[in-house]
Amino acid sequence: MSIQNNTNMNINKKDKIALIKRNLEKISKTSISIMEVCGTHTMSIAKFGIRSLLPPTINIISGPGCPVCVTSATDIKTAIDMAKMKDVIVATFGDMLKIPSQGDSLQNYSNVKIVYSPLDALTLAQKNKDKHIIFLGIGFETTTPLIAATILNAHKMSLTNFSVLSMHKLVPPALTAILKNPEHNLHAFILPGHVSVITGSRYFNFLKEFKINGVISGFDDLEIMESIYIMVHDFENGIFDIKNNYSNVVSEDGNQKAFKTIFDVFEIDDSEWRGIGIIPGSGLKIKGEFANFDAIKRFDYKKITIDEAPGCICGNILLGKAKPTECNFFEKHCTPSTPIGPCMVSSEGTCAAYFKYFL
Amino acid sequence: MKSNSSSSSSSSASANLNPNSNITLNHGAGGRQMQKFINKIIVDKLKNGILERLDDCAVLALENKKRIAMTTDSYVVSPIFFDGGDIGKLAVCGTVNDLSTSGAKPLALSLAFILEEGISLDTIEKIVSSIATTALEAGIKIVTGDTKVVERGKCDQIYINTCGIGLIDDDIHISSYNAKKDDLVFITGPIGNHEIAMLKARKLLDFNFSTISDVAPLNTKVQTLLNKTKKINVIKDPTRGGLASALNEIAEHSNCEIYLFENQIPVDLDVQAVCEIVGLDPLYLANEGKLIIIADPSAKDAIYEIFKDAKHIGHIKNLHHDIIKNTNNKKCGVYLETTSAGIRKIGVLETTQLPRIC
Repeated sequence: MSIQNNTNMNINKKDKIALIKRNLEKISKTSISIMEVCGTHTMSIAKFGIRSLLPPTINIISGPGCPVCVTSATDIKTAIDMAKMKDVIVATFGDMLKIPSQGDSLQNYSNVKIVYSPLDALTLAQKNKDKHIIFLGIGFETTTPLIAATILNAHKMSLTNFSVLSMHKLVPPALTAILKNPEHNLHAFILPGHVSVITGSRYFNFLKEFKINGVISGFDDLEIMESIYIMVHDFENGIFDIKNNYSNVVSEDGNQKAFKTIFDVFEIDDSEWRGIGIIPGSGLKIKGEFANFDAIKRFDYKKITIDEAPGCICGNILLGKAKPTECNFFEKHCTPSTPIGPCMVSSEGTCAAYFKYFL
Repeated sequence: MKSNSSSSSSSSASANLNPNSNITLNHGAGGRQMQKFINKIIVDKLKNGILERLDDCAVLALENKKRIAMTTDSYVVSPIFFDGGDIGKLAVCGTVNDLSTSGAKPLALSLAFILEEGISLDTIEKIVSSIATTALEAGIKIVTGDTKVVERGKCDQIYINTCGIGLIDDDIHISSYNAKKDDLVFITGPIGNHEIAMLKARKLLDFNFSTISDVAPLNTKVQTLLNKTKKINVIKDPTRGGLASALNEIAEHSNCEIYLFENQIPVDLDVQAVCEIVGLDPLYLANEGKLIIIADPSAKDAIYEIFKDAKHIGHIKNLHHDIIKNTNNKKCGVYLETTSAGIRKIGVLETTQLPRIC
């Protein structure tokens, strides 16, 4: 989309992308499967039509990178149960509203409010003293520091009518789980730029032991094409490395202050991922000293494990084992207006991206 | 009857139309669900050779071989006053512009109010004045009307319905079914301003930006254009569902491929910025003062002369891109060459971005 009077900027970029495209055609000889693990990458790749620029040897797969998509049916059921409680307002990012769990979803409850920031949930709590505000905490290393800071704020303000249902997750345990799965067929990761801003690039060095390539990438078309080029180049030359191609934004150490805030408030826990199951050490629960702000403890809620919708292959899609077009529901029963699985619900989900943009 | 959408890319998608389901805001959003609803529930029972064309206005042949265009539209916008316009101006422009999409010269308009008990006379006077000013600008007479009042809470201040009729010259043949291979696609100015102005009017964003609604009557310009050239094949106003949904409807009706250039599609800086912040796509935003014009290349200069902000954004063609050839056998559809020279599909609006914008 052009911004008025600003088309010249794109010409130069377009030439660079065309150059990378030609070079990729030249150097890519062996089939390579590259997984991106960030919802924003999923959407950028679809929106810019990146797949149509790549030779057939390069296969781009969308992994478990969208926080909404990896939220389990069990957690959605928990959130719905909380919305059913008396004198409660559930505050959430909008994408969570439509995820189905057992035929129900949060959008059916009038006491569920959309907020754009967890701090808005605090304002809700201050304005509605007779209600209890439960914020649905989702997100990876990028978003979690903000939720942690919100809980610290609530603590400082001695708020008694605010708590968080933590569904937060960490990226490395999920990547490890995928790589330890003997069925995986991956050669490289486009690593999440936003997460890395917080964690620093060295956070992903553990991938080296799996003999896999990874490039931390920005989100525009040129940055993504460059990152793909780096991975294909290394792969073709037998090099396994983790590189930072977003270095004007991501440092080696990241924002340690923000990163540490996570662990001031949360501690590592097991977590259930949509379609993958429980991944040990991949979740974050609220520490005992902040138990007052933990919705699970506050309401003494016992989670009930819910099975995924039968026939939905979101799990395999998140693991890169299947494409949306291989799902029997895709475009037939499962569409953005009638989603069955979370990958179609979230605007950053792989199925939603395929539905909206893919040829 | 209009649907502002098409089912070209996924006709089998379910649309919540089982007997037990209820109307949702999506059934009026100008996207896929609305189109399914209109087709299955309304058109199916009422079809008669004219209604099911689902063009922006119906073209009726009279006994003397003359043709008239007829259209109707209801206006429920909230709030009723917004930067750039109000519900009254919208009620005239929307109907006049729908008539213009057939190339008709608007002749007369009806005006029906549904008023909520308690609305101030002052408010109604303001709206009627705005209707008068806009009708004068458009050169159209309001010749008949109706007024109903309902109990407090039964409607939101004021709803307006207008019906318009117009005359079509014998040598004019404009319809969403008429796009031809190698035609050029134009948009008469930057897209998305109306819907973003509504976002602002509802105070959904707490930062300042200057966008105002583009609501305007376009019939005079269309007539000037048609006096200069007859090589115009399609005119369509991209209202609810935006440019993307309107083009999909044209692609389906004309059974063609529409190929767009992303870097030619005009978007104001403020609209672009707001879209990026709140995650909206300008291609799906409603416009109330813009037209898509699809025309023979020879009409280009005339279009630029009359519509100073018009941009050539694409063309009608059979695209021979490998990916499309391999995975998509459908003939019609809208495709976008991105700023990176990648190609992607442009689908129909799926779910409401903002309700009650017109």
